[in-house]
Amino acid sequence: MANIIEGLKYTKEHEWIKLEGDTATEGLTDYAQSELSDIVMVEPPEVGKKVKAGEAIGTIEAVKAVSDLYAGLNGEVVEVNEKVVADPSIINKDPYGEGWLFKIKLDDPKQAETLLAPEQYKELIAKH
Amino acid sequence: MLKKTPFYEMHVKNGGKIVEFAGFLMPVQFDGIIPEHRAVRSSVGVFDVSHMGEIEIYGQDRMKFVNHLTTNDAAALELGQVQYTTMLYPDAGIVDDLLVYNFETRILLVVNAANTDKDFQWIMDNKKYDVDIKNISDTMGQLAIQGPKAELVMQKLFDFDLTTMKYYWAAEVNMNPASLKKSAKKNIPVILSRTGYTGEDGFEIYMNKQYAAQCWEMIFDAGAEYGIKPVGLGARDTLRFEMRYCLYGNDIDKTTNPLEAGLGWVVKFDKGDFNGRESLLQAKENGIKRRLVGFEVIGKGIPRPHQSIHLGGKKIGYVTSGTFSPSMKKGMGMGYVDKPYNKTGTRIEVMGKVPIEAEIIKGPFYKQGSHK
Repeated sequence: MANIIEGLKYTKEHEWIKLEGDTATEGLTDYAQSELSDIVMVEPPEVGKKVKAGEAIGTIEAVKAVSDLYAGLNGEVVEVNEKVVADPSIINKDPYGEGWLFKIKLDDPKQAETLLAPEQYKELIAKH
Repeated sequence: MLKKTPFYEMHVKNGGKIVEFAGFLMPVQFDGIIPEHRAVRSSVGVFDVSHMGEIEIYGQDRMKFVNHLTTNDAAALELGQVQYTTMLYPDAGIVDDLLVYNFETRILLVVNAANTDKDFQWIMDNKKYDVDIKNISDTMGQLAIQGPKAELVMQKLFDFDLTTMKYYWAAEVNMNPASLKKSAKKNIPVILSRTGYTGEDGFEIYMNKQYAAQCWEMIFDAGAEYGIKPVGLGARDTLRFEMRYCLYGNDIDKTTNPLEAGLGWVVKFDKGDFNGRESLLQAKENGIKRRLVGFEVIGKGIPRPHQSIHLGGKKIGYVTSGTFSPSMKKGMGMGYVDKPYNKTGTRIEVMGKVPIEAEIIKGPFYKQGSHK
């Protein structure tokens, strides 16, 4: 069973978002990494890029599959996890920790209210 | 109704991620495609390949019949020898690629899981001479034990010297675990075959379903000291891909002929008539228009099946297999490319979301395999 962490927000695109003031850290959920399995390439957005919620802003490639990377909220990319770019398998090993993908400085932190709560995300993946 | 192989419960117990494949519930991976791939390249892994189809041909004219059905020269097989070959439709499209085993009492054809029913029907429809044809697929289990340590593992289970069994030879023998502490009650009759789909040394072993669980246990006991592990369909595909072995349904199918697929070495025009010979000879005389090539990505990106291949803005082909190569650590692919753009060194563009630059290269992608 896929691990879902309390205290995080989730998107329908299987990303998690951690809010700290006006900054959001985004990564792939345990469910997503497990479905993709063996992630071998990450193309994150560039620092400074303005992003909109739901917009495809990068790609994740696994041995068998490719997936878009989506922005969960509106804002500007302020940091990218270069460690996972160098070693994408970190995402498989520690999706909610060392495997984070990028940070966004939010246009409006209140927008986070539109994201899924852990319980709602749990329901979403139960349908898969 | 999805079928289960005799090893299904074992896969679930071992944490296998089960998917539907060719009508079977099969493990696509256990602890990950890459670690499983590496285990086979560096030590030894075990694949459940019980979904493969087994069709037996009996009767005094069996060799004449099989030779007419297939493109390679089956008549050249000695007893106990194995041959890779193809079966063709009258238009030279490929019905399937398969192994032919020449045994004293019968010929055994081992076919792709997804094609078993189609192949059996095809063989029945083409039946001639004095032969009896039996589809025994549902009664058989099959395991592939592959990797540089495969011989050391399997030697513990057989009384004869495995170094005497050469690549593409097989024997009907008893699995005899006399040297194992956890000895089985009696001998297990199996077909032991020095074949595989990984580029490594290894064996494929066929047994009646009733012996499947016992075989599995004996092989894993024998392999424990080498860290033997179960391997899923995911790594089976990346391993065969690195050797540029064709996969039916991806690289070859009813719309491709063996010459364009680079399988001319299993077509023997001078052996006499066979299904598809006339059309294939015609295609050869008209000139083959496209070739299955291998290519490696320059820079980033992973090619995926069905993507177009371009050169100078013009479509010249399409990808049939594409993945990340765990051994070469980069994206690589196979695909049909129109002549004359198929030459080694040609720079092509694979049309992913963003175009991927790649170069056509020769030979297997992985060249350090242990098979002998």
